[in-house]
This record gives sequence, C-alpha cells and structure tokens, in this order.
Amino acid sequence: MKKLLITATSALLLSLSAMGPAIAAGGGNIKLDKADIDPNNKNSLQRGARLYVNYCLGCHGLKFQRYNRMADDLGMDDALVAENLMFTTNKVAETMDIAMPEREAQKWFGQTPPDLSLIAREKGIDYIYSYLTTFYVDESKETGVNNRVFPNASMPWVMWKLEGWKKPVYKEVEDHGETVTKLVGYEQLTEGELSPEEFKSAMLDLTNFLHYVGEPIKQTRIAIGLKVLAYLLLLFILSIFLKREFWKDVH
Amino acid sequence: MAIVPNPHGTTGLLGWIDDRFPLTKIWRDHVSEYYAPKNFNFWYFFGSLAMLVLVNQLVTGIFLTMHYKPSALEAFGSVEYIMRDVPWGWLIRYMHSTGASAFFVVVYLHMFRGLLYGSYRKPRELVWIFGMMIFLALMAEAFMGYVLPWGNMSYWGAQVIISLFGAIPGIGPDLVQWIRGDYLISDATLNRFFALHVIAVPLVLVGLVVAHLMALHEVGSNNPDGVEIKKNKDENGIPKDGIPFHPYYTVKDIMGVVGFAMIFCAVLFFAPEMGGYFLEKPNFTPANPLVTPPHIAPVWYFTPFYSILRAITYPLFGIDAKFWGVIGMGASVVIIAFLPWLDRSPVKSIRYKGPIYKIALAVFVVAFVILGIMGFKEANATNTLIAQVCSVIYFGFFLLMPWYSKLDKTKPVPERVTMDH
Repeated sequence: MKKLLITATSALLLSLSAMGPAIAAGGGNIKLDKADIDPNNKNSLQRGARLYVNYCLGCHGLKFQRYNRMADDLGMDDALVAENLMFTTNKVAETMDIAMPEREAQKWFGQTPPDLSLIAREKGIDYIYSYLTTFYVDESKETGVNNRVFPNASMPWVMWKLEGWKKPVYKEVEDHGETVTKLVGYEQLTEGELSPEEFKSAMLDLTNFLHYVGEPIKQTRIAIGLKVLAYLLLLFILSIFLKREFWKDVH
Repeated sequence: MAIVPNPHGTTGLLGWIDDRFPLTKIWRDHVSEYYAPKNFNFWYFFGSLAMLVLVNQLVTGIFLTMHYKPSALEAFGSVEYIMRDVPWGWLIRYMHSTGASAFFVVVYLHMFRGLLYGSYRKPRELVWIFGMMIFLALMAEAFMGYVLPWGNMSYWGAQVIISLFGAIPGIGPDLVQWIRGDYLISDATLNRFFALHVIAVPLVLVGLVVAHLMALHEVGSNNPDGVEIKKNKDENGIPKDGIPFHPYYTVKDIMGVVGFAMIFCAVLFFAPEMGGYFLEKPNFTPANPLVTPPHIAPVWYFTPFYSILRAITYPLFGIDAKFWGVIGMGASVVIIAFLPWLDRSPVKSIRYKGPIYKIALAVFVVAFVILGIMGFKEANATNTLIAQVCSVIYFGFFLLMPWYSKLDKTKPVPERVTMDH
C-alpha cells in the first residue's frame, strides 16, 4: 500500500514537473528595454502608486505592502491615501490585498494572478517595464492580446484606455543564412488618453513604484551604508596606527 | 576552613573565581602567554575572521528566529515580515545572508593558507581533521539554512540535493523518505531542517571550533616559513620567534576585523543580492512544486562540488552514474582531509618547495575556479567535458601528491623565521 502511494505520488509529481518548465515564465534570450527609473523621485512613485491602485490592484495583490508604510515613504498623508488609494479597506495599517477570492480567480483566469510585492526583485525592472510596454493586439488569443516578453500571457490589456491599441509590425530579416520573421516595432491602431511617450513615462512610474514595493527600505539602506563605510574607513586608519604602535616592540 | 590558594596569586573577585575555576589559567595559556610566531602574514587573518562570522551568524540567527515561522504556509511571509515590519529586521536578515556567503569566502581562504604553508603537517593533523569536520558541518548548515525562506529555489534546491541520496543502491528511496519526513519535500522537511539548522548543527559547529582551537594550542601555530618556533627557546622557555597572542595578535586582528567589516558592509548595504549570487532571484517567489525555476543552480559556494557531481556520467558495475556522481562529490570533499599523509615533501611551506608544487597548486586553483563557474551553467556536452577535465585535475592534485611532493627540488629551510613578507 505504501509503495503504491509513493509510486503514484512520484508519477503524478513527475508528470506535473514536466509541465513546469513550460509554465515557468520568461526566457533567457528575450531582449529587454532599459527602465531608467529614479527611485528617489517621490512624484514618480506617487503617480506609480495611483496607477497601480486604479489599474492593477483589482487582480494583483501587494500583500506585503502596508498602506501607511507607502504613505510614509512616498511623502503622502495617511488621510490622503485613505481617501484616494484605498478601495478594499478603511484601516490604513492594513496590507494592500485584493478583494478577489482566490478560488474565483482560478476559475475566471485559469490561475490566480500572482501577487506582485516582489516581482521587481524576482524579474527585474527592465522586465516589468518591457512587459508593460509590449502588449499588442492578437485576435488568436482569448484576451485579444499577446505580449513580447511574456508570450501567451493570460493577462488582458487593462491599460487600453491609457495607451490605446497597437499592433505588431513584422519584417523578414536574414539571420545566420535563414530568413526569419522578426518583430521590429508597433503601429498604433487607436489613440489612448496618453500619447505613446506619455504612456511610456507612466509605465516607468509604475515600474518605479513596483521597484519600491519590492524593497521599501532600499534607499534608506544605501544612505546608512555610506555613513557606515565612512566611519569604518576612519576606524580602519586608526586601527592601523594602533597596530603599528604596539608592533614597534617586535623585531 | 582554608582552601588551597590558586597558583597565580590573584586576589579579590578574580582570586575568588581562580580558587574555583581556571579563569586566569585559561587566559594565560590561550591568550596572554600563548606564544604565536611573529611572522604571521595576510593569510593568517582568516581564522579569527571565521570565528567572527560564526558569532555573527549565531547572533543574527537568534534574532531572526524570534520572528521567523518555520511552516510551509508562513515561512515566506515571515521573512518578508522581518524585512518590512520588524524594526531593523532588514539589517538582521541581510547580515545573516551576507554572513553565510562571507563564511565560505573566509573559510576557503583559511583552508588555502593551509595549502600554502603546510599547516596540516605533523603534529597538526588533528587540527586539520577537526577543520574538515567543521567544513562538512558548515556545508550542511548552509544547505539547510537556504531551504528555510521557502522560496522557489529553496524548494527545488532541496529537491535536487535530497534526491541524490536516492541514488544509493538498496537503501536510497527509504533514506530519502526518512530525510524528508514525507513522501515529498513538504512542511515536514522544512520544520526538521529548521530544528537542525538552529540547534543541532550550530551546537556541533561550536563544539568542533573549540576542539579545533584546543588541538592547535596543544602543539602551537605554524607560520609562513614552516619553521617550528618551539625548537628555539630562550632561557625562560619562551620561543625566541614567538610573541604573546595578546596584545600583538589581538591588536592586529582588530585591524583585520575592521578591514573585513568594510568589505562586508559594502556588500550588505549596497549589494546584498550580489547580482543574484547571494540572494537568488527565483527565491523571491514562494516555493511551488509545480513550477521549476528557469535554471536550478546551487548557491555559489557549492558550485565546484556540484560540478564534480555532474561530471561523472558513466555507470559502473551496473549502478547508475548518479550514484557515482554522489560518491565523486563526497570524495572531493573528504580527500582534502588526507593531505597530512599525501604531502611527502621534506619541507612544509611553499616558500621552500620547488616549482612542481607551485605549478600544481596554481593549476589546482584554476581548476577549482573553473569547476565553480561550470556549476552555474547548464550541463551540455562542452561544459561537461570541461568539468570532467577539471575534476581530473582536482583529484590529481591530491592523488599524485605522494609522488610529486617527493620529486620536487626543495630549498633549505632557515632555523629562524623570516620577517617582512
């Protein structure tokens, strides 16, 4: 009986893990656009927070980020945050969870949209920025869109109002003696509320915000580090002199 | 009732203690009247630094366990709680994670000193053996510690390494189940790794470090010239080339500690992830039995040995190559312990050895580094071949040593130590 259980479980896991690499997101060779964020720009972070809460938080939780921590770090009043950025709770010390129940999310989307608290540390800011700026129209998909850096993503394009719709432009190119179809750019189909440059800037703000959420203490730790190293340098010089003084006795 | 006064003649509180406990004796024997060679150089910082890092891991570890929750459901979240909600929790966490990598940097350099100056030679074989036991315990401790955050790399790294034990013929599958505490890596595995990582292995480590130092102090330290300083004593019985550990090496080690702290803090405050080498990117997402990371690689300090494991690709005597890989990996660690008996050179230190040893050591270091780099890469045909060549070099350094150490042309060793190196 035990052997049967072990064999069955192993077989199940083996077959599931065979699917694993297919499910695991992101490839190693996809070119990413550089996200030139300024982590110290509080205005950018506040715009990013607003974008996140209005367009993303419905599906993607930030379960490790507290509202009042965000208020503090981004230079906003608790009251301001409570009034404008909180939709699922009224306690400012709560974490930024989503309202959507997990079981329903599985049913509606095939898998629960992942929590994005640590996405910047896991995938990097270049990935996030590239992901947000490369959604294009694809009639063959259920959501009507596809994505350059995460092909066959099951996320619908929530930013269509801001960006409008764009379609991919392909070109035949020579690559190592073969003719391949390469994605060379995009063509705007419908206008959004923002121009393409404004939209890219907005996505940069959103990336900046997610970078902050990944590690809220980052800027503080760098600032402390500079002071620590200055102190240690001074201490090091003093310790060298102390050592030399004692070692004068040794020949 | 009069008691026997202590032999040191101390009075007051210290006298009261000395009448009942060998405090002054320990201080004198191991610190203020422990005579160490006066020619210690840069390579001699790493022993005391290793002890510093051990204390760092123990203290930061204690504070982490005050907030960490060792259950599969709560572990990942509790680490983020420490990073965000616990005051200065982020600093404690980074000190612990940077300390883990720093431990291996320091220990590898400490061991390399042994290879340079023949620190493992008679009468210091037992110091070396205790050191190798510390190294093994350290690897186990680091492996289990890495599982605790229960990130995706924690899970899959554990999966890969524990499954290696399944390759042992006969007992393999049952052994793996016993280690895991379950039919698969689960909450049971996490919880027992927590117990082992926090209590069992640290106790063993501290005990081994004490034994390591006692064995060393029994025979006295070696030095970069490989000269035995106890052979030349003055009229008071003090080695002519010896200086008391305190104050000379306590004050010199302060310098070493501050210099180390500068490098440690630079990493800690500016690059605690080290580009994904100290804190690996897939570990920022929770453990998922259904999704493997794009690339499963062990942490940097295990990659040389992981390379050797993967390099063995041929089955032998009807047993899987996987098993021989495990044997090879184990042998690559254990063989280091045999150095006291493999090294047949008449001299201890590389300073007086000939060109054969110098070349052998240089080639060994290069092979070890290449093995380390290969351990990160995928095991395709070219990489496997490179790993195989370097594995042969690695084992060759040890297995051929009885011959090339005898053949080597050595230089005459001085009677007294030389300074200014």
